[in-house]
Amino acid sequence: MTQLKDTIFIDGKAIGFTEGQTIMDAALSAQVYIPHLCHYPGLTPSGNCRLCVVEADGRMVAACTTAAREGQQVSNNTAELSAARKAITQMLFVEGNHICPSCEKSGNCKLQAMGYYLGMLEEHYPQFNPHRALDASHPDIFLDRGRCILCGLCVRSSHDVDKKNVFAIAGRGADARLIVNTVSGKLGDSNLDVGDLAANICPVGAIMFKEHGYVTPIGERIYDRQKISDVALNEHVLEQKGDKAR
Amino acid sequence: MADFMADHLLHRLYRLQEKHRHIPFQLMVEVARESGLPVSQVAAVVNFYSFFYQQPVGRYHLLFSNCTSCGYQAGEVNLLALLRQQLSIVPGQTRTDGVVSVDETSCIGMCDHGPSMLVNGAPIVNLDEDRIRQLCGLIAAEQSLDRWPADWFRINNHIRKPGLLLNAPLQSGGSLSKALAGDAQRMLESIVQSGLRGRGGAGFATGKKWLFCREAEGDARYVVCNADEGEPGTFKDRVLLQCHADALFEGMTLCAYGIGAKKGFLYLRGEYRYLLGHLQTVLRRRYDSGLLGASILGQAGFSFDIELVVGAGAYICGEESALIESLEGKPGIPRIRPPFPVTHGYLGCPTVVNNVETFIAAAHIVQDGSDGFGAVGTEKSPGSKLLSVSGDCRTPGIYEYPYGASIQQVLDDCGATQVQAVQIGGPAGSLLAKKDFNRRISFEDVSTGGSFLIFGEYRDLLSINRNFARFFAHESCGFCTPCRVGTRLLENSIGKIADGRATWRDVDEIKQLSRIVSRYSHCGLGHTAANHILDSVRHFPGHIQNVLAQQAFTPAFDLDAALETARQLTQRDDADAHLE
Amino acid sequence: MTERKIRIATTSLAGCFGCHMSFLDIDEQLVQLSERIEFNRSPLTDIKRCGPSDIGLIEGGVCNVDNVRVLREFRENCKILIAVGACAITGGVPAMRNYFDLRECLEEVYLHGAGVTNPQIPDDVELPLLLDKVYPIQAVVPVDYFLPGCPPPADAFLAILLPLLNGEASPQMTDRRLYYD
Repeated sequence: MTQLKDTIFIDGKAIGFTEGQTIMDAALSAQVYIPHLCHYPGLTPSGNCRLCVVEADGRMVAACTTAAREGQQVSNNTAELSAARKAITQMLFVEGNHICPSCEKSGNCKLQAMGYYLGMLEEHYPQFNPHRALDASHPDIFLDRGRCILCGLCVRSSHDVDKKNVFAIAGRGADARLIVNTVSGKLGDSNLDVGDLAANICPVGAIMFKEHGYVTPIGERIYDRQKISDVALNEHVLEQKGDKAR
Repeated sequence: MADFMADHLLHRLYRLQEKHRHIPFQLMVEVARESGLPVSQVAAVVNFYSFFYQQPVGRYHLLFSNCTSCGYQAGEVNLLALLRQQLSIVPGQTRTDGVVSVDETSCIGMCDHGPSMLVNGAPIVNLDEDRIRQLCGLIAAEQSLDRWPADWFRINNHIRKPGLLLNAPLQSGGSLSKALAGDAQRMLESIVQSGLRGRGGAGFATGKKWLFCREAEGDARYVVCNADEGEPGTFKDRVLLQCHADALFEGMTLCAYGIGAKKGFLYLRGEYRYLLGHLQTVLRRRYDSGLLGASILGQAGFSFDIELVVGAGAYICGEESALIESLEGKPGIPRIRPPFPVTHGYLGCPTVVNNVETFIAAAHIVQDGSDGFGAVGTEKSPGSKLLSVSGDCRTPGIYEYPYGASIQQVLDDCGATQVQAVQIGGPAGSLLAKKDFNRRISFEDVSTGGSFLIFGEYRDLLSINRNFARFFAHESCGFCTPCRVGTRLLENSIGKIADGRATWRDVDEIKQLSRIVSRYSHCGLGHTAANHILDSVRHFPGHIQNVLAQQAFTPAFDLDAALETARQLTQRDDADAHLE
Repeated sequence: MTERKIRIATTSLAGCFGCHMSFLDIDEQLVQLSERIEFNRSPLTDIKRCGPSDIGLIEGGVCNVDNVRVLREFRENCKILIAVGACAITGGVPAMRNYFDLRECLEEVYLHGAGVTNPQIPDDVELPLLLDKVYPIQAVVPVDYFLPGCPPPADAFLAILLPLLNGEASPQMTDRRLYYD
């Protein structure tokens, strides 16, 4: 069975991979979408959002952190996984303060787009309504922690790509929250710049640019026009890095 | 610097906590500067561990266990409520005079001593209404702790049934000299042959683990003893550390010899800090006898040092990769596995992490040979298991059985009659009903790290579920969505059921939610957090049925309670100020 | 023999009537629709209490005692209850007060806020008492369908109503594009 070499099967479809690739890497290179929020191609995967959990050879694993293995049978598009992904998305909604009509990120927000993709009509679980501090100390950027989904993309971008280490996640369990690595704890005292990957990669409305409200009208934004499953196939840190303006 | 304790970040923060009774942000900045760490890392650590505070705690800081066996509700009276009333204090807040603060904490491992708490870190046990009143008097008089009655602090070992390990004390250095007489490979083979499996519960073959580690590539290798015994209802490591620390260190040294490690760590849970002095004495003795340090037992080239690291209140650090993160001075967030610690552990180097009991068993195997060990227990679970038995029984304590002992036998031996259910393996384990009492303690049947909680017939099992759900929500590290959010939703949902505000819809909901938390979470905490709920639904459906509301739908929240704040603000109590 | 008209009741709880406006945006199709439907309690009629109806459309979340009573009245009288718009489904913009304690909110508005001349928290028994939070309607009564959007676009109303009028059991809301904003 030599044709099995370097091949995995996602929902029965044969997909080639190279040594060292994860299931997610292999899927995305073959233009197969596995839902994800905390992953961004080009950054070290984390595996925290759990939306990309697939069933690989009978085990539930995060596609973004699990190595592709020769002949691996992966289920991705199943009724059980879709229902679980919807539930996990609903968990992210109720955990934070996500009021789409009042959020400037609306239409460009991946959490919202994930809800659309999964056919989420309501949040289902009781809302937590957390009281999380806002940080508007930076001249160009503000942090609305109420909308943070703790994906850690800004943490990894800042550390690995921008080499600034501006962000971290602190606190346990439900107290987990985004913190800023400065002696004041304030974003204004950091060297975060609007051109940094960390300032641009937030999938939700937690890290936002000031004075850029509603440049693109609601209804004409990214996920008003495209599905997250299409947009996600063309994402990579290298392209993102050059794309400063949003 | 204390003996055998490096200037670990956790220790540094502990000293600051002791001195200032909290760790304000400015001090975190200072620690970061001194230790060359990012401020965010220090802040993340302070925020992660329960025993570090950002607001000052009282000069008397009381942490009452909320375990079902050693907690404030283990007896008939809610002792926390009594404490609260006696001290005029709100749990979680420091009294305005700064004298005292009270809060609850997860199981402190005193389950064989009844209601217990930590007072400024030191355990006091056998609490009852009288003692609570006396204690409040001592605090009112601001009496220093060393003048409190000594017997309050007396911890007994309660070894009720010794077996293979507890009956045969090891001669210090005995197994080590035996091992050093042969080569490391042969010693490892005897561990493999014995069939010894990790005693933490997962049961990975110990010999295999040590062999893998020996063969893994790395600049250095490490031995780590997991003494972060946090599973509620478990206290056998406490007793082993007290009575068999020498055998433990011997087991670690054997492992070091086998895998070629020069350095080992004992990671002690913060709740057992009171054992530190004893452990240091034993270590000192072993160094003095040439059983640790350079050229152990005169063998040139074999050196091994053991360092003690004390945790600061985080159950998740019992997960081996979270423990390693903690050793590295970080929050205890479980790593992505694979790679496993055996190839990429402490500082990315091959590392063996084993439980206290496992190292001691290894020392016994090397001393007495693998045959004797294998002769006890079952085919797939050779040897014996220490059980921490507590709850509704006459003689709680440590019971050692050959693997294969039935649950009923344990119940008979500890004088437990009229038993409704047992929870084996702690909240993360299995809740079993009478029909399962013929099942056996073993890896192939009912596996356990050692916790054996007994619930008598009068116990309200839903309040137990509620207690466990709360435990997991409190201990979830917060890394992944299903566990971080799901454990809180489970807590909320089981609360709705226990309060009698739920319908069959809610039972269906909690089953679905349980499935998501257990299948989609990142680590074992999430994977097991809903077991107790599913077991309750499966084995005790009547308990749930009895409290369900007799209607098709009930609101998600208590409507009338949701009006309370507005009633207070408007001082209204008319008919329109209430909802059914 | 003429078919019995489908009876629809609508209301806005803690909402802005924007969803009602959007409903009216179906424009001339309203004329066609009116041949098949009639309105019971609704801002479009002057009926004060919801009578037996086929479909109830609820806009807005639940913020006070009155909202709870009206919502229950609709649930008891409507065979099918539809949560219309972001506020009914999630609490929406009014639920932004949930980030604060009710006490903080009321004290800020009625006691300490700028321009307050006669500081007192209103306590007249005629005023509906506020709940501690603003809740989605499905937290209080069972809901059959959800129509998201702020407001849901006009065609979304038709997309859910027409199949129901035609007696189809469960309109698939997910077939059309979803919007939460």
